[in-house]
Amino acid sequence: MMRARVAYAGAIHDATPAREGLPGHGDLRLADGRVVTEDEVVWLPPFEPGTVIALGLNYADHAKELAFKAEEEPLVFLKGPGSLLGHRGVTRRPSGVKFMHYECELAVVIGRPAKRVARSQALQHVAGYCIANDYAVRDYLENWYRPNLRAKNRDGGTVLGPWFVDAADVADPANLGLRTFVNGHLTQTGNTRDMISDIPHLIEYLSAFMTLLPGDVILTGTPEGVVNVMPGDVVACEIDGLGRLVNTIAADDVFGR
Amino acid sequence: MDGQMQAGAGCFSIPFDVPPYRLSGAVYGALLNHASALAALGDAASRPPYGAPPAAPVLYVKPRNTLGPSGSVVRIPAGIPELEVGACLGLVIGRTACRVSESRALDYVAGYLIVADVSVPHSSYYRPSIRFKARDGYCPLGPEVTARAAVANPGALTLRTYLDGTLVQSARTADLIRPAERLLADVTEFMTLAPGDVLALGAAASAPRVRSGQTATIDIDGLGSLRIPFMDAGA
Repeated sequence: MMRARVAYAGAIHDATPAREGLPGHGDLRLADGRVVTEDEVVWLPPFEPGTVIALGLNYADHAKELAFKAEEEPLVFLKGPGSLLGHRGVTRRPSGVKFMHYECELAVVIGRPAKRVARSQALQHVAGYCIANDYAVRDYLENWYRPNLRAKNRDGGTVLGPWFVDAADVADPANLGLRTFVNGHLTQTGNTRDMISDIPHLIEYLSAFMTLLPGDVILTGTPEGVVNVMPGDVVACEIDGLGRLVNTIAADDVFGR
Repeated sequence: MDGQMQAGAGCFSIPFDVPPYRLSGAVYGALLNHASALAALGDAASRPPYGAPPAAPVLYVKPRNTLGPSGSVVRIPAGIPELEVGACLGLVIGRTACRVSESRALDYVAGYLIVADVSVPHSSYYRPSIRFKARDGYCPLGPEVTARAAVANPGALTLRTYLDGTLVQSARTADLIRPAERLLADVTEFMTLAPGDVLALGAAASAPRVRSGQTATIDIDGLGSLRIPFMDAGA
């Protein structure tokens, strides 16, 4: 089952695709029975996120692209709730920066609390999945507690959605194709099978020192193919079976700057 | 995923008497924001891997699993002899703070509390693992939130850390590189803080080291006393 959270006509609703087989391109059925089109609603992150955990350099090819040596320990960083954004949202590109890029990632949503969970049991703690687009502004990267929040935790820089897809409906999360399109041109491709630390390993690693709670989400890193995006660009991230997450880049003037 | 999956599930909070009346569960902190902490790095701050002293605030996140009240036990993992406890003044945000000016910054603060940034000691600030700071219970805070009106000047407070009753560190908010107002302005330039969010202003150099069986206590003038017992993970 795939679900969205949307704002419509004065309330926040759970919604499902009104027509099977066309997620992201069809109508939505709200829990109260109304059927609406995707551009009539405001899409919110499809679940209420708790701790947002993100991976850097978790694909061999992207690590190579950024001259990173695969280390023994996953490179993990944390993000705050203020950076979250839903499908069809707008993300600001600050004026004067030279390199701002998207990162299409598989987001793993925790269902059952996980504390010292073994790899073999890890997937039992996963509620489901969605697409994440984890933006970075590389101009602001500094060598202190990398990746620093000014580069990776900006308002509107963590896009989640459009759908939350139950774990039971994702046959093999370790074999999903990822694609990003900028203005319709394919710029990034990858497959979750190429993760350096796979999902069970990440849950085992994290839960060894921090209890993962329902709603916590792990953004599992991005493959190679990140390119600069400019105001007006439409960035669409796709993952097999999870839909298509669309985001638009806007300049400072849209934000009153 | 069901009804229990709400933001804040499993999240420790502290009620208080001014809006927004409770913590959101989001806690951010600044590192190397105390003059002594940056000075302790000396020339190393300009050498690899850092290359240059920090330009923007050096921030970290304390996730909800780390939060706990005064008196909650902090567990020391096997094989780690001591933990560090960094005493910080924490700002509790009162209303949505986006691009606030230094001159108006304190208008966005609901109150203050003591934040203990507990860490597994680590020498590199380049890309440290989150397992040093994000362990369960590694951010005791409280004991309560003191309303902004009750603190005349957040830039003139003394933080005292005691180990089993003996004073081991004294630090002043007057020595912060970015005082509360400036830090709020610089942080909210790129990340909006929400009501109930906490921003810790940063600890002084040489954070006290604590062993199993000891109790650290942090006092800040007018904010009370935060008590933190430390025990082995197996104890």
